[in-house]
Amino acid sequence: MSALLQVESVGKRFGGFVALESIDLEVREGERLGLIGPNGSGKSTLVNCICGTLQNETGKVTFAGHPLDGLAAHERTRRGVARSFQLPRPFSSLSLVENVRIPILYTVNARKTGHIAHAAIDRRCRDLLGEVGLLAKADHLPRDLTQIEMRKLELARAMAAEPRLLIADEVMAGLSHAEVDEIIALLIRVNGQGVTVIMIEHIMRAVMEVSQRLAVLVAGRKIADGDPKEVVRNPEVVRAYLGE
Amino acid sequence: MASSVASSAKFVLALIVAACAIFGVGRAIGNSYAFFLGYVVVQYIVLGTAWNILGGYTGYVNFGVTAFFAIGAYSTVALYKLIPAMPLPFMIVIGGAFAALVGLGTGYLTLRLRGVFFSIATLALAVVVQTLITNWDFVGGARGAYVLRPKLAPLMGGEYVQYLFVLMLGLCVIVLATARAIERSSLGYGFAAIRDDEAAAEAAGVPTLKLKLIATTLSGGFMGMAGAPLPYYVTYLDPTSGFNLNYAVNAIAMPLIGGTSSWVGPVLGAVLVGGLQEVLRVTISSAANVLVAGVLMVVFVIAAPRGIVGLFEGKRK
Repeated sequence: MSALLQVESVGKRFGGFVALESIDLEVREGERLGLIGPNGSGKSTLVNCICGTLQNETGKVTFAGHPLDGLAAHERTRRGVARSFQLPRPFSSLSLVENVRIPILYTVNARKTGHIAHAAIDRRCRDLLGEVGLLAKADHLPRDLTQIEMRKLELARAMAAEPRLLIADEVMAGLSHAEVDEIIALLIRVNGQGVTVIMIEHIMRAVMEVSQRLAVLVAGRKIADGDPKEVVRNPEVVRAYLGE
Repeated sequence: MASSVASSAKFVLALIVAACAIFGVGRAIGNSYAFFLGYVVVQYIVLGTAWNILGGYTGYVNFGVTAFFAIGAYSTVALYKLIPAMPLPFMIVIGGAFAALVGLGTGYLTLRLRGVFFSIATLALAVVVQTLITNWDFVGGARGAYVLRPKLAPLMGGEYVQYLFVLMLGLCVIVLATARAIERSSLGYGFAAIRDDEAAAEAAGVPTLKLKLIATTLSGGFMGMAGAPLPYYVTYLDPTSGFNLNYAVNAIAMPLIGGTSSWVGPVLGAVLVGGLQEVLRVTISSAANVLVAGVLMVVFVIAAPRGIVGLFEGKRK
């Protein structure tokens, strides 16, 4: 598998606080990478630097062989990097179909190839909602959704952009055991369609089930990267989570 | 795509028919006050709809309405002094272009600001423009400028105010057709995404900065066009009247009262508030205007935050 995403020596500070310190990370095409770390370790900052919500101050981010540095978030989405947010951020005045329609209009149809005709967009939106089990509520507003449905909408909207890389940022937070299973199945299914997945998560059961590789951030530094079973036994990782 | 073009064409045709009917009724009444009243209400439809393109569709609340409106009005004064024979429609287009440029510039300078910070920046713009105009002697400065209104309307005969009314009706058709077209296009979805969550919109591929610049340019341009015929309507324009608080309050109150989610909202708001204000002006007190708009705005924000349109919109499934 070739590298789809390469993060090289990426650093980010907020004033005097070092959020990321020279992070190196490589994600191969088609793999499922788990990214874990205690609160404040820099996971979301790293995601924001990859997606363009924040600009890294040092280092570089390369996606599919092209540098992403300096590009706005929407340009990165068009290149194939999609994300879900830690706290669901639906377009609250728009129905679910319309929520999913926006990435199609502005991402899929903004690319040189793969344009979806206007008449076919509604059907594509409903297909996407059907894939995550939200077809019955397609014409509802997001306020009518439960917690897990909101997470599914986030994923459907990210998938509507037809990404090559999906970054799921704590998509299982606050969900029940059964709901976590549903999202796990969904992420594995998405990956089965050829989409590379980076999953940021605190629920270790889900992390171990989904991840083919695991990277650990602590205090803005990467302290481990490798086979999930080995990484969780790494003394430094255990110390970061459980203390001395 | 073809069906949406056909639908837009039908809508424009319906607007033109409605405008002709309204003008016909005015002619049948035969009272020039009807045209003065109609001009004010239609002017507020244009102004409210223009404000709504930025404030309602993208959620960026512009308190600097008077800056754009007065740029249109004072560009007409300047053109009148430079080329007195220039037809008013050209002045409207030029005034709109100036205001649109200022809108674009404002967008570049302020659109990295959000929420109340953006609103305060637009308020500052109004103060800056008013200060510049007040000190610009060529357009009358603080003492004001006179514009001699022709007695008769060109081409159509009758009083000149009828011509002003027809021009404002034409402008209204253009602005409403544009607003409706935006609502039903990719642009409208992009605006709605920005309004609901800008970071999520960016993540969904929406070029938020570009869309916001389009919104500020269109909104500013249409506000300038609404203000451009003003010197011919009032015949004497000074900064106090050109930058009157009424314009800013009404342009915001009318879409909020009518509903910001649709082009219909500013129309309903302008007819209700503008009509009521004019009735009160001639029956009770000329000072009650802003009070009426203010009280209605407070009532609607509390009781019906989605405006009149929201009251009639069925709850989605």
